[in-house]
Amino acid sequence: MSDVLTFTDTRVLRAIQLVWQEAAVLDAKDYVAWESMYTDDAMYVIPIDPDTDDFASSLNMVYDDKRMRSLRVQRMMQGYAPSAVAAARTVRIVSRFTVEEVDDDAVILRSAQILNAFKRDAFSTIGAEMTHRIALSDDGDKIALKVARLIDSEDAVSASGYLL
Amino acid sequence: MTTIERPTRGFSDLAENDRVAGALYTDPEIFDEEMKKIFYRTWVWVAHESEIPEAGSFKTTQVGDQPVIVTRDRKGNFNTLLNRCRHRGATVCDQRSGKANGFTCPYHNWSYTLDGRLRGIPYPDGYEGVVDKNDFPLQKLRTESYLGMIWATFDQDIEPLEEFLGDAKIWMERFLKQSNGFPTKVLGAHKFRFKGNWKIQLENTTDGYHFPMVHKSWMASVDAETANMMSFMDDPAAETHALGNGHSVAIMAAAHADLDVDNGDEEIQPRFQHLVDELEQAGESPERIRRYMRSMHGCGFNLNMFPNIAMSSSFFRVLVPISVDVTEVWHMAIGMDGGPESINRERLRIHEHFQGPFGFGSPDDAEGWDRVQIGAGGNPNMPILVNRGQNREYTTEEGWPTSHVTDETGMRESYDMWKRMMSDV
Repeated sequence: MSDVLTFTDTRVLRAIQLVWQEAAVLDAKDYVAWESMYTDDAMYVIPIDPDTDDFASSLNMVYDDKRMRSLRVQRMMQGYAPSAVAAARTVRIVSRFTVEEVDDDAVILRSAQILNAFKRDAFSTIGAEMTHRIALSDDGDKIALKVARLIDSEDAVSASGYLL
Repeated sequence: MTTIERPTRGFSDLAENDRVAGALYTDPEIFDEEMKKIFYRTWVWVAHESEIPEAGSFKTTQVGDQPVIVTRDRKGNFNTLLNRCRHRGATVCDQRSGKANGFTCPYHNWSYTLDGRLRGIPYPDGYEGVVDKNDFPLQKLRTESYLGMIWATFDQDIEPLEEFLGDAKIWMERFLKQSNGFPTKVLGAHKFRFKGNWKIQLENTTDGYHFPMVHKSWMASVDAETANMMSFMDDPAAETHALGNGHSVAIMAAAHADLDVDNGDEEIQPRFQHLVDELEQAGESPERIRRYMRSMHGCGFNLNMFPNIAMSSSFFRVLVPISVDVTEVWHMAIGMDGGPESINRERLRIHEHFQGPFGFGSPDDAEGWDRVQIGAGGNPNMPILVNRGQNREYTTEEGWPTSHVTDETGMRESYDMWKRMMSDV
């Protein structure tokens, strides 16, 4: 198990700041801002198999490269998708950060996310183990990998109009 | 608008040829009767053989609302066992799938073989002269398989599976041609729930009418060739056939309905060029590559088999009734067991694009279905219309009532079967 965070390394703090910013942007459904937070070669993955790292050979809920992220943002905003138009409001908490790796170019963080969604008189909660690889740069830090492992990924997950 | 009076006995009068009462979605008593008269009495799809590939392999699922285990035993036979210990009723397996030598109840450790026989009782002296193990196997459903698809039923006296499938078999064979001569394999499953009745999903599979409206955002996200392939609204070759026994098929892309038939007109889409290059380098023939690439689009039709399984594009669509107003849907991606892995990977990407709780298609279906459930609760006696295309329906030489793919011929077939089964005493 990796170490629980000690708030001493500014590189790690920058990475956490970006993860929290992403959570705020997604709750605000500001998808244009969200898309700009990723590097060109980044992958955004919500796997089904809780144990795999071979996402390319597995069926995932989301397996987005730059092109798919762009299409996804268009879908969320164009007004054609009934589920996106009627998407739940969300409030998510990302915390319990641990550091997997850190150097001057990148930080790999793990964290826990609890997302609360409200739609049509009903609350739902999604729990996920998150992995972020944050590319550090003087030009602005960006997300190079995001993996959201839902704790119920192998069971039925409610269809969603929002992003994790 | 006329309403349909709730009958004093039975519910079959709530379905007419061209309309059904909204209560079919909302009344818990109807749901209970459907479990007894439909899901416990007919063939219910439970597994694909590739999900339980070896002796000892198993998966858990439901027949109607009852938990079952589907196993492959030492002899290679498929068994469907009620997941309920004969002692005090606990489930004997709580894994989704896996391999086992048998099943042991965690409560008092009664143990069962892969074909359901009671193998062992701990501290058996209390049962001497009380229990004969031969009398207490796990309840076993009748189980039959056709083309790798496994169905089970509680009704030991029901007609053979193949008889029940009838003309759906022709379309099953065509669907499975997309495996290009290799065995078909389940690659993974998207599972999601919606807050609506199971028949709302049953109707959807051969409902071409909703597609351009509900899936506009998906259409906007695919290349022009794919969008053109799904532009069936004005295509007279796009038809829906009622196949009998509640089964129906909606043909969206007639050129792909039988992959053995290729008139040579279709150009291979540029988005698959990287696969073409790879297969050429691997020494595959142009004919074989063309066959692979045409199969990338799936089968070009949706085959709906009453009551709980459909074949669509390159996936199986399973519905699991949870309660009168909750249904679980499994979209099981299929590929080839053997053959180029790059094609299977591309199929996974195509499947991810549309299916699943974060796909570009299924959440929009679910949004519509949720709203049908809520709206149908407003005056549940008011009819749901399934009459589109009655004015242009005709019968083919095969005897299939047929109309345009946007018409509701498939729903009428499903409800005809529903009515027959709900009428049975």
